[in-house]
Amino acid sequence: MHFPTDDGVVKSVDGLSFNLERGETLGIVGESGSGKSVTSLSIMGLHEAGTAQISGQVLLNGDNLIGASPEHVRRLRGKEMAMIFQDPLSAMHPFYTVGHQIIEAYQVHNSVSKKVARKHAIDMLDRVGIPQPSSRVDEYPHQFSGGMRQRAMIAMALCCDPELLIADEPTTALDVTVQAQILDLIRDLQQEFNSAVIIITHDLGVVAELADDILVMYAGRAIEYATAHEIFTAPQHPYTWGLLGSMPRLDRERTERLKPIQGTPPSLINVPSGCPFHPRCTYAELNGGASETDRPEFVEISPRHFLACHLLEQERQRVWDNDIKPTL
Amino acid sequence: MRTMAAAGVALALGLSACSGGTSTKTATGGAGSSTNAFNAGLNTVFHPSDKKGGIVKMADESTPDSLDPGDTYYGYQWDFIRTYGRALTMFKPAPGKAGLELTPDLAENLGVPSNGGKTWTYKLRKGVKFEDGTLVKSADVKYGVLRSTDKVTFPDGPTYFNDMLNLPKGYQGPYKSKGMNTDSAITTPDDSTIVFHLKSPFAGFDYLAQLPPTIPVPEAKDTGAKYKEHVVSSGPYMFASYAADKSYTLKRNPNWDQATDPNRKALPDGYDVQLNVNAEDIDNRLIAGDLDVAIVGTGLTAASQSKVLSDPALKARTDNPTVTRLNYVSVNPTVKPLDNIECRKAVQYAMDRTSYQTAYGGPFSGGALATTILPPMIPGYQKFDLFPAGPDSKGDVAKGKEALTKCGQPNGFATNIAYRNERPKEKATAEAFQQALARVGIKLTLKGYAKADYFSSYAGNPPFVKANNLGLALNSWGADWPDGFGFLSQIVDSRIIRETGGATNTSVRIPEVNKMLDQAVSELDTAKRNALWGQIDKRVMEDASIYPGVYAKSLLMRGKNLTNVFVGQSFGYYDYLTLGKP
Amino acid sequence: MITYIIRRLLASIVLLFVVSVITFSIFFVVPRIAGGTPETLATRYVGRAATAGTVHLTAQKLGFYDPLTVQYANWAKGIVVGSTYDYGAGIEKCPAPCLGYSFITKQPVWPDLLDRAPVTFSLAIGASILWLVAGVSVGVLSALRRGTIFDRAAMGVALAGVSLPIFFTGLVSLAFFSYALGWTAPGGQFVPFTENPAQWAYSMILPWITLSFLFSAQYARLTRAGMLETMHEDYIRTARAKGLRERNVVIQHGLRAALTPILTIFGLDVGLLLGGAILTEKTFSLNGLGKYAVDGIFTQDMPKIMGVTLLAAFFIVIANLIVDLMYAVVDPRVRTQ
Repeated sequence: MHFPTDDGVVKSVDGLSFNLERGETLGIVGESGSGKSVTSLSIMGLHEAGTAQISGQVLLNGDNLIGASPEHVRRLRGKEMAMIFQDPLSAMHPFYTVGHQIIEAYQVHNSVSKKVARKHAIDMLDRVGIPQPSSRVDEYPHQFSGGMRQRAMIAMALCCDPELLIADEPTTALDVTVQAQILDLIRDLQQEFNSAVIIITHDLGVVAELADDILVMYAGRAIEYATAHEIFTAPQHPYTWGLLGSMPRLDRERTERLKPIQGTPPSLINVPSGCPFHPRCTYAELNGGASETDRPEFVEISPRHFLACHLLEQERQRVWDNDIKPTL
Repeated sequence: MRTMAAAGVALALGLSACSGGTSTKTATGGAGSSTNAFNAGLNTVFHPSDKKGGIVKMADESTPDSLDPGDTYYGYQWDFIRTYGRALTMFKPAPGKAGLELTPDLAENLGVPSNGGKTWTYKLRKGVKFEDGTLVKSADVKYGVLRSTDKVTFPDGPTYFNDMLNLPKGYQGPYKSKGMNTDSAITTPDDSTIVFHLKSPFAGFDYLAQLPPTIPVPEAKDTGAKYKEHVVSSGPYMFASYAADKSYTLKRNPNWDQATDPNRKALPDGYDVQLNVNAEDIDNRLIAGDLDVAIVGTGLTAASQSKVLSDPALKARTDNPTVTRLNYVSVNPTVKPLDNIECRKAVQYAMDRTSYQTAYGGPFSGGALATTILPPMIPGYQKFDLFPAGPDSKGDVAKGKEALTKCGQPNGFATNIAYRNERPKEKATAEAFQQALARVGIKLTLKGYAKADYFSSYAGNPPFVKANNLGLALNSWGADWPDGFGFLSQIVDSRIIRETGGATNTSVRIPEVNKMLDQAVSELDTAKRNALWGQIDKRVMEDASIYPGVYAKSLLMRGKNLTNVFVGQSFGYYDYLTLGKP
Repeated sequence: MITYIIRRLLASIVLLFVVSVITFSIFFVVPRIAGGTPETLATRYVGRAATAGTVHLTAQKLGFYDPLTVQYANWAKGIVVGSTYDYGAGIEKCPAPCLGYSFITKQPVWPDLLDRAPVTFSLAIGASILWLVAGVSVGVLSALRRGTIFDRAAMGVALAGVSLPIFFTGLVSLAFFSYALGWTAPGGQFVPFTENPAQWAYSMILPWITLSFLFSAQYARLTRAGMLETMHEDYIRTARAKGLRERNVVIQHGLRAALTPILTIFGLDVGLLLGGAILTEKTFSLNGLGKYAVDGIFTQDMPKIMGVTLLAAFFIVIANLIVDLMYAVVDPRVRTQ
């Protein structure tokens, strides 16, 4: 997905593809600016219309959303695919009650009376674990605490029983204890509604809990895709190694220093040539210059494990055995 | 902001020029015609007619000072008040010079003087009634005059009666001095006779008798300062409504008897006067025919004038009268070196007359070049020019320099010229003086002052004039009535100059002239009296303490749907008494 | 909430009192400081031919020799309780609220204000509805079509509307529409609504349109700016994510949020206009409060000017109060603090 801007073309997402079934959870992981939010927005058709160029396919139940009419996509939004956002305070309209906003979401896709919709809204609030839902339904977003607010947003997103729920950094703005509650809620609701969930985050701890599969993105590109178990036990990309190494862990000595990845993520206008990670990659020299000039292909290196990296198999195994595995 | 407004109106009028045209009517014969032509209403009656009916629609861009006959000083009010009030005498409602003559109105004849002019007797016509049917008695005229002397209740009217009547000492008007015997001033031997007793002889009393305070007021219905809300009419029309600051309307007075009133025809059924209407709006409506009369009578606004004068069809609906007003400059002998008469003469010669006229607005609305103090329509006017300004009237620089040498200032001198800030025409004139007099070496510095106390604190305050070197001062005077006294007394009599300021006369101090004024005032022979005014004019001009600039002119437009339109020379406005609807 | 309202009400009353003191000071204290005396104050009321004696008597009658605090107290008392005035042949009662007595027209000011208020109200309310609807619609459309020809043209016209003074647009409109084409009423033709609604509307059409042209320009620009801001907020994205029609997103979510500051400005503008739309009333010769003030200024009739000033201040204070309360109604976040 490319956005022309005054400074140049922003290549937000370049060459991405994945599959998701109902009941499954996909975690998309990456730093800020890796293009993960843009991915979800373009699925929903919420990207800035008119200026962005999208090429490729987004198939929802076989329905290609990319070339479809805006009206067609609109009908699907909220009904077949729903999204919850990072900051529920700014994401909900401050002047309407929570109940009103849920009722509104429901009535767009279902012709029912206000009474019926209201009852449904109260039900949803109850299901997401908000106490006294019949009185809280008439309160305003600012009257809820952070965690309750996010629950309310989830209620709003799920009120039409969508097949796909996209959660864009749903816990980033919340306290750690509340985070856990929200993640539990998402998992419970997923089981209840049997929806597919895409959870977008920069926090590996979050995807460890929830995701069946994990997609790691960097500089607008997918660089590794595997089951969650594999990612955590046998990651293959140097960037993924870096992410795992920089996580604070309870089972380590507190005095041990965290190992951040050197450098900063590139601007999406000036993506480095070749492998976008090469300026920060400790092992780039081992490829004899290929990292600087050639873009690594995203290929399946083992069943259900995709990777985009120039490192040869032997090198990768060697580095893994000697440098990485002992430290994790 | 003014230029914007002017531009706005110019554009507005430009747009409306596409439609507004005037239909010219065919001549109906007789002394006046009905064909529109420039100045067709100046000295003849335009569109003469005896047709009755219709409502005359008038608009005022401000408000009259008061509708109460005892409390008004506006010329246009004095013109209009005759529709609902009858004073002892009035100016003849006729065009041309006849309009300057007095004729009896409420009285049967003009006043009869006795005691050398100290006593004046009038006999009232019989059968004149107020609007409620009661007969008008001489006591009502006496009451009307007496109440007008209460300047606390009626601050705005003229003070001639206060000054001239032999009122008892300490008299404060009928409200405060109730019961005081006022026979020393006015006596009413019977219901139709009234006698005025003056402190000193005054030959022109008939002129005083046409002033509105002699309009009768029934004491029983007098409500003091609130009387103006419903003035009891003695004329052909009475008040139908009065909304302060908004409008008033007049309808026919059923108790007016044509047989008692040879001066009025009372053609329309009524008058409708709107107040506080935007001035540009008035002009537009007058041009479009939506309005009949712009009652204030000072003529079209500057913005409308240029448009009207350039459109032949519209120009044909205008009249350009000269009014009894002189715009002039006082040349102060109290400021050196103007104490020397030759220096003052230098000013007279050096000034460019045409630039004075241009600064004031040009020949149509600025005025006519003046060489005398009295304007031409004042009886006694003599045409003379003591300081010819060259063949093109642009000033005689050689003579000016000669006069400067004679007064010992061969290279000129410096002094200040005062003007009123709120009057752009005065400022422009001051600048014209600056430029013209510079040709002979006289350097002028402009000094602007507020209009409100221009006379009381600045140009009319002798100590201030001296201390601030105000050698020249812009001035202007319009007579209260068109005779020599009305014109000259306030501007050439040195006895009205007060050290505390306030007088219009700021420069003329000639004892001989004061004597001549007293003589004229008591000269009962009209012809002799009028001749004296002319002589006074010349004598003052010889003193060179007044520079007469222009006789004021205005550009009036005749309403589209009016009959009997002509300029009343005594006022300089259209005569409102004779108007009718076609 | 109740305490909030009561606090604001009390503050408004205090404010009105302060305004009355300031108004009084401007007309009576400042001339003193500039060297004026009771006599110079009285000269306005005595006509051109007055003697010193008359001036003194008039100054006495009008109370100019009293100490300033006494003069203020009399004036303030008159507002609350009423007053009396001597008109020569008798005494006139000026009942409460006696906002002054014009020594020039010899009439109390308050009945004049009551008489003229309907004109100003008609003008203000009619024009304000027009400009709110026109301005907001154009602003919304401009924001949605930002950068297009419509947007550029609309903002260009708005710039003209904001820049052209009303005595220009008013005079041009009158000349063109009323006198040349004859479509609308000429100046000075106000008919009260209670008398003849059709005629009332006919006489007000041109003043309404002219006045609202000025304001709708401002409101279009304001709305456009507000909309551009709100349409980038997160909750707009959420609304779209829910699948709402774009029209509903724009109006119920975008405009609803953008409108709150505009409504508060609207309240203040209307409050200001209720005190008199001076230029419009003068241009169209409508006898409203604004024209009353202007006429009073030209004739230097102080009681009139003071009366209108106080009344206008009253409207503005009330408008402020209403706007404050309205904010609480419109924005729930303010309410539940």
